[in-house]
Amino acid sequence: MNNTAHEFETSVATIDPSLVKVNVKNLDFYYGGSHALKSVSIPFARNQVTALIGPSGCGKSTLLRTLNRMYALYPGQKATGEILIDGENALSPRTDLARLRARVGMVFQKPTPFPMSIYDNVAFGVRLYENLSKADMDVRVEESLTRAALWDEVKDKLRSPGLGLSGGQQQRLCVARGVAVKPEVLLLDEPTSALDPISSARLEETVTTLKADHTIVIVTHNLGQAARVSDYTGFMYLGELVEFGPTDAVFTRPATRRTSDYITGRFG
Amino acid sequence: MSDASISHAPPPRRTAARGALLSTLFEGLCFSAATALLAALSGLLIALFIGGWPAIKKFGFGFITTVTWNPVTEVYGAAGPIVGTLITSGLALLMALPVAAGVAFFLTELCPAPLRRPIGTAVELLAGIPSIVYGMWGLFIFAPLFAKWIQRPLMAAAPPGTIWESLTLGIPNGSGILAASIILAIMILPFMAATLRDLLMTVPPAVRESAYGLGSTTSEVVMKVTLPYVRRGAIGAVMLGLGRALGETMAVTFIIGNSHDFPTSAFASGSTIASTIANEFTEATSDVHLAALIALGLVLFVITFAVLALARLLLGHQGDRA
Repeated sequence: MNNTAHEFETSVATIDPSLVKVNVKNLDFYYGGSHALKSVSIPFARNQVTALIGPSGCGKSTLLRTLNRMYALYPGQKATGEILIDGENALSPRTDLARLRARVGMVFQKPTPFPMSIYDNVAFGVRLYENLSKADMDVRVEESLTRAALWDEVKDKLRSPGLGLSGGQQQRLCVARGVAVKPEVLLLDEPTSALDPISSARLEETVTTLKADHTIVIVTHNLGQAARVSDYTGFMYLGELVEFGPTDAVFTRPATRRTSDYITGRFG
Repeated sequence: MSDASISHAPPPRRTAARGALLSTLFEGLCFSAATALLAALSGLLIALFIGGWPAIKKFGFGFITTVTWNPVTEVYGAAGPIVGTLITSGLALLMALPVAAGVAFFLTELCPAPLRRPIGTAVELLAGIPSIVYGMWGLFIFAPLFAKWIQRPLMAAAPPGTIWESLTLGIPNGSGILAASIILAIMILPFMAATLRDLLMTVPPAVRESAYGLGSTTSEVVMKVTLPYVRRGAIGAVMLGLGRALGETMAVTFIIGNSHDFPTSAFASGSTIASTIANEFTEATSDVHLAALIALGLVLFVITFAVLALARLLLGHQGDRA
């Protein structure tokens, strides 16, 4: 390795194109005048968990918010480049944002239940796009809550308000709400940062079972979590993708100096 | 070693609580401010009751059910003003609420950033215009236009002998129940719009984003998530608007036509409780007339109180979020 160049060294592994669900190419992102993502190219493999790690402000949440174009709610934020979801560019001006977001679901850092019952929280997104009978909806709600590992705790109080649950339960309710619409891609933005260790562990188990049906991208500050739940890991720093590869390779044999410094706790 | 042992001694105890006197004084001030309000409220209620007693004693329950209001024969029945108050306020609310909600939704969800501040400021300025100005504008500018473009065409278009004809009867000068309701609606609109906007701004961005994140459109986000999120405050805002409409005096007095008859058509002259009191208080020479007006004030008080109680009741039933 060239020691004088290690500050700028990057290593991005490639994935067989037939396994890639979302392919981000040369993505730049701007918050007004500030350049938050610098020519990021990263593939997200189908039915795998990809973790994005890096210090605060490195652009991992920003990258997540470009994938469902959540940034478009705010004037002054703009993205250039390509985000190909099954070959279709999500950044194209012709993309229908509501449909895109139904395909690319998101769970946030803090639980965000809607002011309605547990049942209605889960059914909310389903009702937007599907016209299910009462019985079918009951099945979908149960299935979603089961997959989010919440069913046993709430099956007797589906009609009580979602905001009455504990923090960890609320977050799993948000996961259930997200998976109920059967999104192809599920984005998790530090989903356990507001949870206690036991709730976090349950959510991690949930994530590993969910990848059977979804392509998952998870942003996390918790390196142990990234190592436990993900198949691929991307390390970001100052708006750049420094390293991307299979998780065990990134954690055991990092290809760049910056990655190894970060995961061994030398900075970040 | 002896120096070291000193450092292990417990810190000196504080003997007196710090600022105890100031604290007691502060608590006392807060308490008396709160109880003064309660005293003022009950004093007002008692004064209204005592002042209105001669009329209440003379007319009994008939005071609020009788239509005749005649200072010459000393017969006072307040059904006309009471119904006039309820109808004008109700109509004003019906007209103002959808527009106010639309303004608030536009400002929070759709408005391009450079327009947000100017429109928001305009709404707040409108809320601050004194009611007498609305009254003058209503009488001199709005009423003639209303008569020419709405009232007369509607009266001409109504087929004779139908309910439409009886609903559009009136003097074609632009005053009356409907005109007063419209002025009231314009008056309470900015207040409700500004309050609703402030409420919608309090919805955490992550909750909005979650709703968008499931594939909702803007109208679905607003109707199904952000508005229910603030419904408690929203009902309060609506009730405050209604309260202002119920008690509004000058603007209504200018344009409602001031007749004590029971209003039977949209263009009929009518009166409200507040306009009746404002019109007649200086001319009330007999004791019964004065007492009747004070009793009218008591009725308005009770109506406003009932509106607030109703709001509380609604909130109680929907209070399923902490």
